[in-house]
Amino acid sequence: MAQTEKKQSSSNKKKSFWRQAFNAMLVPVLAVITGLIAGGFVIAMSDPVVLRSIAPNPWHVAAEGEAVDPSIAIDLETALQYHPNEVDVGDYAVFKRGTGVLFREIVESQDQIEDKDKQIDLERAQRRSATLDTGNAGISLTFSDRPLFAFQAAWRSVADAYRALFLGSLGSPVQIAEGWQLYRKTGDSQALRNALRPISESLVTSIPYVFAGLAVALGFRAGLFNIGAEGQIFIGATFAAYIGYSFTSLPPVLHVTLAIIAGAIGGAAWGIIPGWLKAKTGAHEVINTIMMNYIAFRVVSWLLRGPMQRPGSGKPVSPVIAESAYLPQFFGAPLRIHAGFFLAIAAAIFVWWLLFKTTIGFELRTVGSNPNAAKYSGMSVSRNIIVAMGLSGALAGLAGASEVLGLNHYLAEAFSPGYGFDSIALALLGKSHPLGVVLAALLFGTLRSGATSMQSLAQVPIDIITMIQALVIVFIAAPEIIRWLYRLRKVEDEGEKTIFARGWGS
Amino acid sequence: MAPVLELRGITKQFPGVLANDNVNLTLEAGEIHALLGENGAGKTTLMNILYGLYKPTKGQILIKGKEVEIHGPTDAISQGIGMVHQHFMLVPVLSVTQNVMLGQETVKSGVFLDQRKVAGEIREIARKYGLNVDPDAYIRDLPVGVQQRVEIIKVLYRNADMLILDEPTAVLTPQEVEDLFEILHSLVEQGISVIFITHKLKEVLAVADRITVLRRGKTVGTVSPAEATEKSLAEMMVGRAVELMVHKTDADPKDAVLEVKNLLVKDDLETVKVEGVSFTLRAGEVLGVAGVQGNGQTELVESLTGMRHVESGSISILGQEIANATPRQVTELGVGHIPEDRQRDGLVLSYPVRDNMVLNTYYKKPFANGLVINETAVIEAAEARVKEYDVRTPSIYVPAATLSGGNQQKVIVAREFSRPNKLMVASQPTRGLDVGSIEYIHKRIIQQRDAGTAILLVSTELDEIRALSDRVAVMFEGRIVAIVRARQVTKEQLGLLMAGSMPDDLPPSAVVEGQA
Repeated sequence: MAQTEKKQSSSNKKKSFWRQAFNAMLVPVLAVITGLIAGGFVIAMSDPVVLRSIAPNPWHVAAEGEAVDPSIAIDLETALQYHPNEVDVGDYAVFKRGTGVLFREIVESQDQIEDKDKQIDLERAQRRSATLDTGNAGISLTFSDRPLFAFQAAWRSVADAYRALFLGSLGSPVQIAEGWQLYRKTGDSQALRNALRPISESLVTSIPYVFAGLAVALGFRAGLFNIGAEGQIFIGATFAAYIGYSFTSLPPVLHVTLAIIAGAIGGAAWGIIPGWLKAKTGAHEVINTIMMNYIAFRVVSWLLRGPMQRPGSGKPVSPVIAESAYLPQFFGAPLRIHAGFFLAIAAAIFVWWLLFKTTIGFELRTVGSNPNAAKYSGMSVSRNIIVAMGLSGALAGLAGASEVLGLNHYLAEAFSPGYGFDSIALALLGKSHPLGVVLAALLFGTLRSGATSMQSLAQVPIDIITMIQALVIVFIAAPEIIRWLYRLRKVEDEGEKTIFARGWGS
Repeated sequence: MAPVLELRGITKQFPGVLANDNVNLTLEAGEIHALLGENGAGKTTLMNILYGLYKPTKGQILIKGKEVEIHGPTDAISQGIGMVHQHFMLVPVLSVTQNVMLGQETVKSGVFLDQRKVAGEIREIARKYGLNVDPDAYIRDLPVGVQQRVEIIKVLYRNADMLILDEPTAVLTPQEVEDLFEILHSLVEQGISVIFITHKLKEVLAVADRITVLRRGKTVGTVSPAEATEKSLAEMMVGRAVELMVHKTDADPKDAVLEVKNLLVKDDLETVKVEGVSFTLRAGEVLGVAGVQGNGQTELVESLTGMRHVESGSISILGQEIANATPRQVTELGVGHIPEDRQRDGLVLSYPVRDNMVLNTYYKKPFANGLVINETAVIEAAEARVKEYDVRTPSIYVPAATLSGGNQQKVIVAREFSRPNKLMVASQPTRGLDVGSIEYIHKRIIQQRDAGTAILLVSTELDEIRALSDRVAVMFEGRIVAIVRARQVTKEQLGLLMAGSMPDDLPPSAVVEGQA
């Protein structure tokens, strides 16, 4: 009897876990999809072909040697590439008259003239544009001429961009399969490694995101808004690099471990300072972590131009770290995936365990959810603030350490493209849950590494990727929009809420 | 003549909950109609339907015999329905006049607010209905009772002839309640009809012309106060016989547990809130601390439980000095604490019931082995406590926020009472709870007393103080006016003490300590 009761309650719990997971995932996933759709509009709107097809000034395909306004001209090759169905070489020439468009067809002989309003002979055409010859192509389209064309062009540009994003971040399944077969047959893994490179790059980019995202998420759980992850990353990287190059005779495992620990300590120190200020004086951590960022950037700049500058180099870079301090890369070039990835996953599991299975986590979460109740139940709010900022800083420091020890092998000024700032959005996206953070970090890593190929293959500007990321974040930050768009009912149980307004003004 | 308002067969279905089930209610012109029911009985849902905030699933609303549809507060106001919410909707930094004008501004020359004209109208309304309010005063300077009058004026200013008051007495002192009842009588004399929502039986009998009782979304019946008693109304509300009196034997006080000497405590604004307070509390007795809200009880409790800095004086528990100890140190000495504001201090609303059950014992065996929380032990304890203390919750995994106020309070009571306590500090243990929950918590408190715990009961409800206490310490402006024997003082005498004066007719044997 008691047995069945217990079973029931545990299955009850399980069900509610899955339902909670579903509820927690639904809105972010929809937000990502919506962000990508909205991003598609941005891509389409940034494509010159699409823009032209809906612009009042139509395309004009220039004849060879013709002097034209460059803003409305594309060459024949581009015309053929983008409008294979619209352009027929030898058929058309186009003349603009006033604001309207006269669509004229050039024919080779008078016999072919069918519609006199549209067709002119070559002679007349050449009178207007001396260099025009049959064999030149012309195309003129306004939105009202060919509405479908604009949509086709838009679809093509979005599909190209996202295909490039996919190939650039996950690789081509065909190439991977071919590489695998070749490896099976001949034992030569080079083709396979090449095919797997995009996915490896995505994972490599995700590593600092996981660490920094966990740092911000842990802060969120304790009711703290750690905007200083970027500064903590810099200090962590500096500590790790220093240990990395200043010791040369340590055994490999010990050396890399020391360097990692140093990175964590550096980040922790940088986090504890604003934490301590908040706990003891009430100074708001948002302001102080931002200021600590600036201090970190300048300190690193100074170090790289002074005490830590590589001997004999004019550039602000540190010496290269000893090989014993490398986080090992597992596969040959071009796969750069290194042990930091497993460290990051381990860190996520550790943070989950710490937050949800230990008394430390219970205290942190209670302080974050209801500081009054935390005080009432005998927890020290100020001690927990310091602990939370220290742990948060340590995780961010690990992000810096893993970049230096696993990837760059030296410290440079611009080694982080803003991982610490992205991680704020990322922690929000992951709902401050370690699993959510890992998933969000993978998404961000994928988007970022795919951005490069989107730029090179589909000529989408890198800014567009940033805009897509921003759009995703906007939708995640405003779940009401998503609920309204998809007509979702509000889920009552939203899990733990933390309070960030504490300390502002009153 | 048709009734001013008639609700016919109102049904409101929320997902999974039938909040109102075929509710009928008629409001006659010029009557005070009380709507009585436990928390969660559907009173507020019904009134929100009437005010246009919810759309009924079924049923009709008739105003003066004509069927109407109410789509929102604006509709309701134009139909003459005015509502005074439990939590006031006033802007503290604006004057009374400005608050009354808000949303319906009278202007002169097109753009300028005509405050003088409105102030005149407010004075007129105030005179007509006996609502004593200065139109130029700022809301933040006004006591709660006067703020409520401003809310009533706001409604009358919009020409309402039906006034809905949602739990109007919850925030008032006994004197303010009396004043409110007088105002209500003068309102109905002028032809205004009042719906009075409450779960307090005494008030209903004192003020209502007719009483409609709701239970679990259904109308149980409509009675007149002449034919009803507290007991019969309580039974209608709860659906079973209810013990309104707490049965207890005389206390058998043993050794002193808590000794407070010359305590001086300041609040966050550095104002002295507790001054020269001394008392002794013994094992096995209940010491009630009575007083109007804001006379230092909150600060006293906070200083006793380690949550507030003590300026001077001493607090000792079983001989150990704990002034300025941390809450953890106080708890470790065997002190339980039911905090005054359960949602602010007593619970983490987003946590499941399970975690709230161990909120201050999570670090101890068996709930934790070193750093690691032993979930099995937590779950077992939570399940057992939910069962033992009759907490009505779907499971121990739902967030505390989803529980009703009474059940939230039971979670706290379960947590605090299931530790071996030497001293229990219970602050407003039944505030805002329904009859059933009050009965239950009172029984538990007496059980603890009989088991030898010293109990400090702080309450602004005189009935509660009188029902549970063996001795009563009355606080006024931070000092203890007198400590009296509960059995030998009347309610009126306590009321006088709460106002700071010593009643002449108090028998000397009743006074334990006093500074008359």
